[in-house]
Amino acid sequence: MIPLSHYLILSSVLFFIGLLGVLTKRNPVIMFMCIEMMLNAVNLSFVAFTRYKPWESLGFSMIPIEQDNGQIFVLFIMTVAAAEVAVGLGLVMAIFRKKQIVTTDDQTLTSLKG
Amino acid sequence: MNYSEMFFYSLSGIAILSAASVLACNNPVKSALSLVVHLFTIAFLYFNLEAYMLGVTQIMVYVGAIMVLFLFVLMLLDPTIKQINKTSAFCFQNVASVAILVFLCIITILSLEPIFYDIYLKESQDFGTPQTLGLTLFSKYIIPFEIASVLLLVGVVGSILLARRKS
Repeated sequence: MIPLSHYLILSSVLFFIGLLGVLTKRNPVIMFMCIEMMLNAVNLSFVAFTRYKPWESLGFSMIPIEQDNGQIFVLFIMTVAAAEVAVGLGLVMAIFRKKQIVTTDDQTLTSLKG
Repeated sequence: MNYSEMFFYSLSGIAILSAASVLACNNPVKSALSLVVHLFTIAFLYFNLEAYMLGVTQIMVYVGAIMVLFLFVLMLLDPTIKQINKTSAFCFQNVASVAILVFLCIITILSLEPIFYDIYLKESQDFGTPQTLGLTLFSKYIIPFEIASVLLLVGVVGSILLARRKS
Protein backbone atom coordinates (compact mmCIF):
# COMPACT_ATOMS: atom_id res chain seq x y z
CA MET A 1 0.00 0.00 0.00
CA ILE A 2 1.34 3.40 -0.98
CA PRO A 3 0.61 6.18 1.54
CA LEU A 4 -0.65 9.51 0.27
CA SER A 5 2.48 11.25 1.53
CA HIS A 6 4.66 9.48 -1.04
CA TYR A 7 2.57 10.90 -3.88
CA LEU A 8 2.81 14.36 -2.32
CA ILE A 9 6.57 14.08 -1.85
CA LEU A 10 7.00 13.02 -5.49
CA SER A 11 4.79 15.92 -6.56
CA SER A 12 6.75 18.47 -4.52
CA VAL A 13 10.10 17.20 -5.79
CA LEU A 14 8.91 17.47 -9.41
CA PHE A 15 7.52 20.95 -8.70
CA PHE A 16 10.83 22.17 -7.30
CA ILE A 17 12.80 20.66 -10.21
CA GLY A 18 10.54 22.62 -12.57
CA LEU A 19 10.92 25.80 -10.53
CA LEU A 20 14.70 25.38 -10.60
CA GLY A 21 14.57 25.11 -14.39
CA VAL A 22 12.45 28.24 -14.73
CA LEU A 23 14.86 30.17 -12.52
CA THR A 24 18.10 29.05 -14.16
CA LYS A 25 17.42 28.38 -17.85
CA ARG A 26 17.86 31.05 -20.51
CA ASN A 27 16.01 29.50 -23.43
CA PRO A 28 12.32 30.54 -23.28
CA VAL A 29 11.17 27.24 -24.84
CA ILE A 30 12.93 25.25 -22.10
CA MET A 31 11.39 27.60 -19.54
CA PHE A 32 7.95 26.76 -20.93
CA MET A 33 8.78 23.06 -20.63
CA CYS A 34 9.67 23.57 -16.97
CA ILE A 35 6.38 25.43 -16.41
CA GLU A 36 4.61 22.39 -17.89
CA MET A 37 6.49 20.18 -15.44
CA MET A 38 5.33 22.35 -12.53
CA LEU A 39 1.71 22.18 -13.74
CA ASN A 40 1.98 18.40 -14.04
CA ALA A 41 3.30 18.09 -10.50
CA VAL A 42 0.31 20.06 -9.21
CA ASN A 43 -2.02 17.89 -11.32
CA LEU A 44 -0.52 14.76 -9.78
CA SER A 45 -1.18 16.01 -6.26
CA PHE A 46 -4.75 16.99 -7.25
CA VAL A 47 -5.45 13.46 -8.52
CA ALA A 48 -3.80 11.83 -5.48
CA PHE A 49 -5.83 13.99 -3.07
CA THR A 50 -9.10 13.31 -4.83
CA ARG A 51 -8.39 9.56 -4.95
CA TYR A 52 -7.27 9.10 -1.35
CA LYS A 53 -9.91 11.43 0.18
CA PRO A 54 -7.76 12.44 3.19
CA TRP A 55 -10.46 14.69 4.67
CA GLU A 56 -12.41 11.62 5.75
CA SER A 57 -9.48 10.18 7.72
CA LEU A 58 -8.38 13.52 9.15
CA GLY A 59 -11.80 14.33 10.61
CA PHE A 60 -13.07 16.90 8.13
CA SER A 61 -15.93 14.75 6.94
CA MET A 62 -18.45 17.52 7.64
CA ILE A 63 -17.11 19.44 4.65
CA PRO A 64 -19.12 18.44 1.59
CA ILE A 65 -16.45 17.65 -0.99
CA GLU A 66 -17.58 15.78 -4.05
CA GLN A 67 -15.61 12.93 -5.46
CA ASP A 68 -14.59 14.18 -8.87
CA ASN A 69 -13.70 17.81 -8.20
CA GLY A 70 -9.94 17.26 -8.32
CA GLN A 71 -10.15 15.56 -11.70
CA ILE A 72 -12.25 18.42 -13.09
CA PHE A 73 -9.59 20.85 -11.89
CA VAL A 74 -6.94 18.80 -13.70
CA LEU A 75 -8.94 18.98 -16.93
CA PHE A 76 -9.20 22.78 -16.66
CA ILE A 77 -5.48 23.09 -15.84
CA MET A 78 -4.71 21.11 -19.01
CA THR A 79 -6.92 23.49 -21.02
CA VAL A 80 -5.22 26.58 -19.62
CA ALA A 81 -1.78 25.03 -20.18
CA ALA A 82 -2.57 24.32 -23.84
CA ALA A 83 -3.76 27.90 -24.46
CA GLU A 84 -0.77 29.33 -22.58
CA VAL A 85 1.73 27.27 -24.55
CA ALA A 86 0.15 28.27 -27.89
CA VAL A 87 0.31 32.00 -27.08
CA GLY A 88 3.74 31.79 -25.43
CA LEU A 89 5.39 29.92 -28.29
CA GLY A 90 3.79 32.40 -30.69
CA LEU A 91 5.48 35.17 -28.69
CA VAL A 92 8.83 33.35 -28.84
CA MET A 93 8.52 32.99 -32.62
CA ALA A 94 7.59 36.68 -33.02
CA ILE A 95 10.56 37.84 -30.93
CA PHE A 96 12.90 35.48 -32.79
CA ARG A 97 11.73 36.76 -36.19
CA LYS A 98 12.09 40.38 -35.13
CA LYS A 99 15.40 40.25 -33.26
CA GLN A 100 16.98 36.83 -34.05
CA ILE A 101 17.53 35.98 -30.40
CA VAL A 102 16.48 32.97 -28.37
CA THR A 103 17.76 33.83 -24.90
CA THR A 104 15.97 35.74 -22.19
CA ASP A 105 18.95 37.70 -20.86
CA ASP A 106 19.91 39.25 -24.19
CA GLN A 107 20.75 42.95 -24.04
CA THR A 108 18.34 43.87 -26.83
CA LEU A 109 15.43 42.44 -24.83
CA THR A 110 15.84 44.92 -22.00
CA SER A 111 13.67 47.33 -23.99
CA LEU A 112 10.75 45.14 -22.86
CA LYS A 113 11.21 46.25 -19.26
CA GLY A 114 8.26 48.30 -18.14
CA MET B 1 6.03 -5.24 -1.97
CA ASN B 2 3.22 -5.90 -4.39
CA TYR B 3 2.78 -5.02 -8.05
CA SER B 4 1.25 -1.58 -7.50
CA GLU B 5 4.02 -0.43 -5.16
CA MET B 6 6.78 -1.61 -7.51
CA PHE B 7 5.01 0.18 -10.36
CA PHE B 8 4.73 3.40 -8.34
CA TYR B 9 8.31 3.53 -7.07
CA SER B 10 9.91 2.66 -10.41
CA LEU B 11 7.67 5.20 -12.16
CA SER B 12 8.56 7.93 -9.67
CA GLY B 13 12.24 7.20 -10.18
CA ILE B 14 11.84 7.50 -13.94
CA ALA B 15 9.80 10.70 -13.50
CA ILE B 16 12.45 12.40 -11.34
CA LEU B 17 15.30 11.24 -13.60
CA SER B 18 13.59 12.45 -16.79
CA ALA B 19 12.67 15.76 -15.13
CA ALA B 20 16.31 16.22 -14.16
CA SER B 21 17.47 15.35 -17.67
CA VAL B 22 15.19 18.06 -19.10
CA LEU B 23 17.36 20.49 -17.16
CA ALA B 24 20.64 18.69 -17.77
CA CYS B 25 20.56 18.20 -21.56
CA ASN B 26 22.37 20.77 -23.67
CA ASN B 27 20.38 20.05 -26.80
CA PRO B 28 16.80 21.43 -26.57
CA VAL B 29 15.42 18.58 -28.71
CA LYS B 30 16.82 16.06 -26.24
CA SER B 31 15.17 18.03 -23.41
CA ALA B 32 11.88 17.87 -25.27
CA LEU B 33 12.19 14.08 -25.66
CA SER B 34 12.95 13.72 -21.94
CA LEU B 35 9.84 15.79 -21.26
CA VAL B 36 7.85 13.30 -23.39
CA VAL B 37 9.12 10.48 -21.14
CA HIS B 38 8.23 12.55 -18.07
CA LEU B 39 4.66 13.20 -19.27
CA PHE B 40 4.20 9.49 -20.07
CA THR B 41 5.27 8.54 -16.54
CA ILE B 42 2.80 11.07 -15.10
CA ALA B 43 0.07 9.48 -17.24
CA PHE B 44 0.97 6.02 -15.93
CA LEU B 45 0.89 7.39 -12.37
CA TYR B 46 -2.69 8.51 -13.13
CA PHE B 47 -3.44 4.96 -14.31
CA ASN B 48 -1.98 3.68 -11.03
CA LEU B 49 -4.37 6.00 -9.19
CA GLU B 50 -7.25 4.54 -11.26
CA ALA B 51 -7.87 7.88 -12.99
CA TYR B 52 -8.02 6.23 -16.41
CA MET B 53 -9.83 9.04 -18.22
CA LEU B 54 -7.27 11.61 -17.05
CA GLY B 55 -4.38 9.37 -18.02
CA VAL B 56 -5.64 8.99 -21.57
CA THR B 57 -6.33 12.74 -21.73
CA GLN B 58 -2.81 13.43 -20.48
CA ILE B 59 -1.28 11.28 -23.24
CA MET B 60 -3.48 12.79 -25.94
CA VAL B 61 -3.23 16.46 -24.92
CA TYR B 62 0.31 16.74 -23.58
CA VAL B 63 2.25 14.13 -25.53
CA GLY B 64 0.11 14.33 -28.64
CA ALA B 65 -0.49 18.06 -28.96
CA ILE B 66 1.65 20.22 -26.69
CA MET B 67 4.91 18.35 -27.25
CA VAL B 68 4.39 18.42 -31.02
CA LEU B 69 3.97 22.19 -30.72
CA PHE B 70 7.20 22.44 -28.70
CA LEU B 71 9.12 20.38 -31.24
CA PHE B 72 7.69 22.44 -34.14
CA VAL B 73 8.91 25.66 -32.53
CA LEU B 74 12.32 24.15 -31.71
CA MET B 75 12.71 23.13 -35.34
CA LEU B 76 11.48 26.52 -36.60
CA LEU B 77 14.00 28.39 -34.46
CA ASP B 78 17.36 28.68 -36.08
CA PRO B 79 19.18 25.35 -35.54
CA THR B 80 22.56 26.91 -36.30
CA ILE B 81 22.52 28.76 -32.98
CA LYS B 82 24.58 26.56 -30.72
CA GLN B 83 24.16 26.00 -27.02
CA ILE B 84 20.80 27.72 -26.73
CA ASN B 85 19.97 25.57 -23.71
CA LYS B 86 22.79 26.97 -21.61
CA THR B 87 22.01 27.96 -18.07
CA SER B 88 22.83 31.41 -16.83
CA ALA B 89 26.30 32.21 -15.63
CA PHE B 90 27.41 30.92 -12.26
CA CYS B 91 26.41 33.79 -10.01
CA PHE B 92 25.16 34.53 -6.54
CA GLN B 93 21.49 34.57 -7.53
CA ASN B 94 21.64 31.03 -8.95
CA VAL B 95 23.44 29.56 -5.95
CA ALA B 96 21.04 31.32 -3.58
CA SER B 97 17.97 30.17 -5.51
CA VAL B 98 19.16 26.54 -5.57
CA ALA B 99 19.86 26.65 -1.83
CA ILE B 100 16.46 28.21 -1.07
CA LEU B 101 14.71 25.63 -3.27
CA VAL B 102 16.41 22.66 -1.61
CA PHE B 103 15.54 24.15 1.77
CA LEU B 104 11.89 24.63 0.76
CA CYS B 105 11.77 21.08 -0.63
CA ILE B 106 13.04 19.60 2.64
CA ILE B 107 10.61 21.74 4.66
CA THR B 108 7.72 20.62 2.44
CA ILE B 109 8.61 16.94 2.73
CA LEU B 110 9.06 17.13 6.50
CA SER B 111 5.74 18.90 6.94
CA LEU B 112 3.81 16.58 4.57
CA GLU B 113 5.15 13.33 5.95
CA PRO B 114 3.55 13.25 9.46
CA ILE B 115 0.16 14.55 8.34
CA PHE B 116 -0.45 12.29 5.36
CA TYR B 117 1.47 9.16 6.28
CA ASP B 118 -1.37 6.99 7.57
CA ILE B 119 -3.74 7.59 4.68
CA TYR B 120 -4.16 4.66 2.32
CA LEU B 121 -6.25 3.93 -0.71
CA LYS B 122 -9.96 3.37 -0.17
CA GLU B 123 -12.31 1.30 -2.23
CA SER B 124 -13.97 3.32 -4.95
CA GLN B 125 -16.39 1.96 -7.48
CA ASP B 126 -16.67 4.55 -10.23
CA PHE B 127 -13.61 6.75 -9.77
CA GLY B 128 -12.22 8.26 -12.92
CA THR B 129 -14.56 6.68 -15.41
CA PRO B 130 -15.69 8.87 -18.32
CA GLN B 131 -19.31 8.60 -17.12
CA THR B 132 -18.81 10.17 -13.69
CA LEU B 133 -16.35 12.73 -14.99
CA GLY B 134 -18.64 13.76 -17.84
CA LEU B 135 -21.71 13.98 -15.61
CA THR B 136 -19.88 16.27 -13.16
CA LEU B 137 -18.34 18.33 -15.94
CA PHE B 138 -21.61 18.92 -17.79
CA SER B 139 -23.85 19.52 -14.77
CA LYS B 140 -22.03 21.30 -11.96
CA TYR B 141 -19.15 22.75 -13.96
CA ILE B 142 -20.98 23.73 -17.14
CA ILE B 143 -20.20 27.46 -16.86
CA PRO B 144 -16.42 26.98 -16.34
CA PHE B 145 -16.52 24.53 -19.25
CA GLU B 146 -17.99 27.18 -21.55
CA ILE B 147 -15.52 29.79 -20.28
CA ALA B 148 -12.70 27.34 -21.06
CA SER B 149 -13.91 27.12 -24.65
CA VAL B 150 -13.79 30.94 -24.89
CA LEU B 151 -10.25 30.81 -23.45
CA LEU B 152 -9.17 28.33 -26.13
CA LEU B 153 -10.69 30.56 -28.81
CA VAL B 154 -8.72 33.53 -27.44
CA GLY B 155 -5.59 31.39 -27.49
CA VAL B 156 -6.10 30.42 -31.13
CA VAL B 157 -6.76 34.01 -32.24
CA GLY B 158 -3.84 35.35 -30.18
CA SER B 159 -1.32 32.86 -31.50
CA ILE B 160 -2.41 33.45 -35.11
CA LEU B 161 -2.07 37.21 -34.60
CA LEU B 162 1.39 36.80 -33.06
CA ALA B 163 2.71 34.34 -35.62
CA ARG B 164 1.36 36.19 -38.68
CA ARG B 165 3.97 37.75 -40.92
CA LYS B 166 3.44 41.48 -41.32
CA SER B 167 2.96 42.18 -45.03
